[in-house]
Amino acid sequence: MRLLGYIIRRLIQMIPVLIGITLMAFLFVKLLPGDPILILTGGKASPETVAALRAKFGLDQPLYIQYLLFLRNAAQGDLGTSILQRDPVVDIVIERIAPSAFLIAYGSLIAILLTIPFSIISAMRADQPVDHSIRIGGMVTFAMPSFWLGLLLMLLFGLKLKLFPISGWGEGFLGHLKYLFMPSLVIGVYLAPMLIQSLRSSLLEIMQAEYIEAARAKGLSPLRVMLKHVLRNALIPTVTILAVNIGWLIGGSVVIETVFSIPGLGLLLVRSVNYRDYPTIQGLTLVFGVLVMLVNLIADLSYAIIDPRVVYE
Amino acid sequence: MMAESKNLTAISSATSEGLIYKLRSWPFSLKMGIMVIGLVALAGIFAPLLTPYNPIVQDYGSVLLPPSAQHPCGTDNLGRDLFARVLFGARIDLQIGLITTYVPLLYGLALGAIAGYIGGWFDTLLMRLVDVAIAFPFLVLIIVILAILGPGIQNMYIAVFAVAWTMYARLARADMLVIREQEYMLAARALGYGPLRIVFRHALPNLLAPSLVFSMSDIVLNILLASSLSFLGMGVQPPAPEWGAIVADGRDFLLQAWWITTLPGIAIVITGLGFSLIGDGLSRLLGQRYIQTV
Repeated sequence: MRLLGYIIRRLIQMIPVLIGITLMAFLFVKLLPGDPILILTGGKASPETVAALRAKFGLDQPLYIQYLLFLRNAAQGDLGTSILQRDPVVDIVIERIAPSAFLIAYGSLIAILLTIPFSIISAMRADQPVDHSIRIGGMVTFAMPSFWLGLLLMLLFGLKLKLFPISGWGEGFLGHLKYLFMPSLVIGVYLAPMLIQSLRSSLLEIMQAEYIEAARAKGLSPLRVMLKHVLRNALIPTVTILAVNIGWLIGGSVVIETVFSIPGLGLLLVRSVNYRDYPTIQGLTLVFGVLVMLVNLIADLSYAIIDPRVVYE
Repeated sequence: MMAESKNLTAISSATSEGLIYKLRSWPFSLKMGIMVIGLVALAGIFAPLLTPYNPIVQDYGSVLLPPSAQHPCGTDNLGRDLFARVLFGARIDLQIGLITTYVPLLYGLALGAIAGYIGGWFDTLLMRLVDVAIAFPFLVLIIVILAILGPGIQNMYIAVFAVAWTMYARLARADMLVIREQEYMLAARALGYGPLRIVFRHALPNLLAPSLVFSMSDIVLNILLASSLSFLGMGVQPPAPEWGAIVADGRDFLLQAWWITTLPGIAIVITGLGFSLIGDGLSRLLGQRYIQTV
């Protein structure tokens, strides 16, 4: 029952954010310089046609009515038509969610695979040279521009060694794994230092707990205690850090998708900005905002379900 | 809560004894970081003395030359000396990093502190704004604002100023909620001081440490952000030698001229490492947790 109450409260909390996101997307087009009807008609239409078009798109209504109209259309899946592709924005956006989602999931997986061994070593050798080296190494990768690392990988493994393809996202699951390996590696390397920091400190914290001492007293080897007892308890907060930073991850994927020409949401955004495809930018603003909101919601809820001690405030 | 109050005492003792006197006890990473950033800054300031070349003037007689004695880092596709471009780039990237971090820090901190202190509708409004800003991926929000304003360094500043304060407001507000109940705040109130004086004279100095530590990783993120935007063609415009823009210049010549793409990236990594080291050292000095995150 308490969980249900928490879920309901969490959903209610989302409403102001949702209003904010839709308001942002709506105002975005309103803030653009120039009259959309004059741009649409090229300034050649008669005043009567202009007035008719204005009425057709609801532009003669007061601003709040226009916002409500925008909300109604968005709720019905109508986000307008792309100027560049002449297709509905909704269709264009939906077909591009999969590559971006694959990239982010793949990158997060690589990040976790990098994080676990490095943070275990760091925690078991805390404040020793190995720990410091891992920390400094993390600072170096944290400071690497993702587009730069991407281009270097592309040069070395793509162009020189010809191990991996340098653009696109391939066919089928195995194709995706191969094509998206280099871009996901960039995301993983970029994300790992943050996760290592968090996992290291929660490992250290849990290593102080009494039940760990009990496990050690049983005569288990340090590595076994680490893997079986400490790691399992330390992993949850680290995984939630992933979800909290999903917005940052999506932002990072915009740049990576551009470098590797992956047909995802990020590449679409950059291309739409370059070609001033405003309806698509508006649609993407909405989709990005809602995606981040949903991921955060799912993370919060799953955290509450996994760990019953979570205080539902 | 416990950790917070411990931090507060650590900060007050550090400031009362004077940080400069304790120079010798500064963490190694802090000294290293300051040295690295000092060197980068000096390289930018004395760039005209360190290279005979102009970073912008094109020379079609020496296009795509590999590194040599004459051009220590080679030349780009327009015959410009890459070493000169990377040196002059230090001016642009440091300036962008500092401005995009510390301007929003100032008013973000102030807004967050006021919101945490007075509460009420101001607090609610501010936090709803923060929620909406956080709901978008930071880079996406900046790109969307730049789509309205158009590309360029000026507009990039406006876009970052519009968004980046939210992190500091959140940090300052959370800490203010804790210290509002402390005894010295009560004492200040009992003395009849106005809320403005209490917030700015009594509370703000104690709110500074977490933001200062965070600002170091924020500088790194902002330099990365600016170079990413320039790489995408939305930030600093050519021919200005911004590091990310130089990486973009080299993109079409990866195989023929690896040096155009590689070297400015190394400059970004060195600068970022310098600021991260300062952040790490500061966090040790001030008894704060150093978080590399957004």
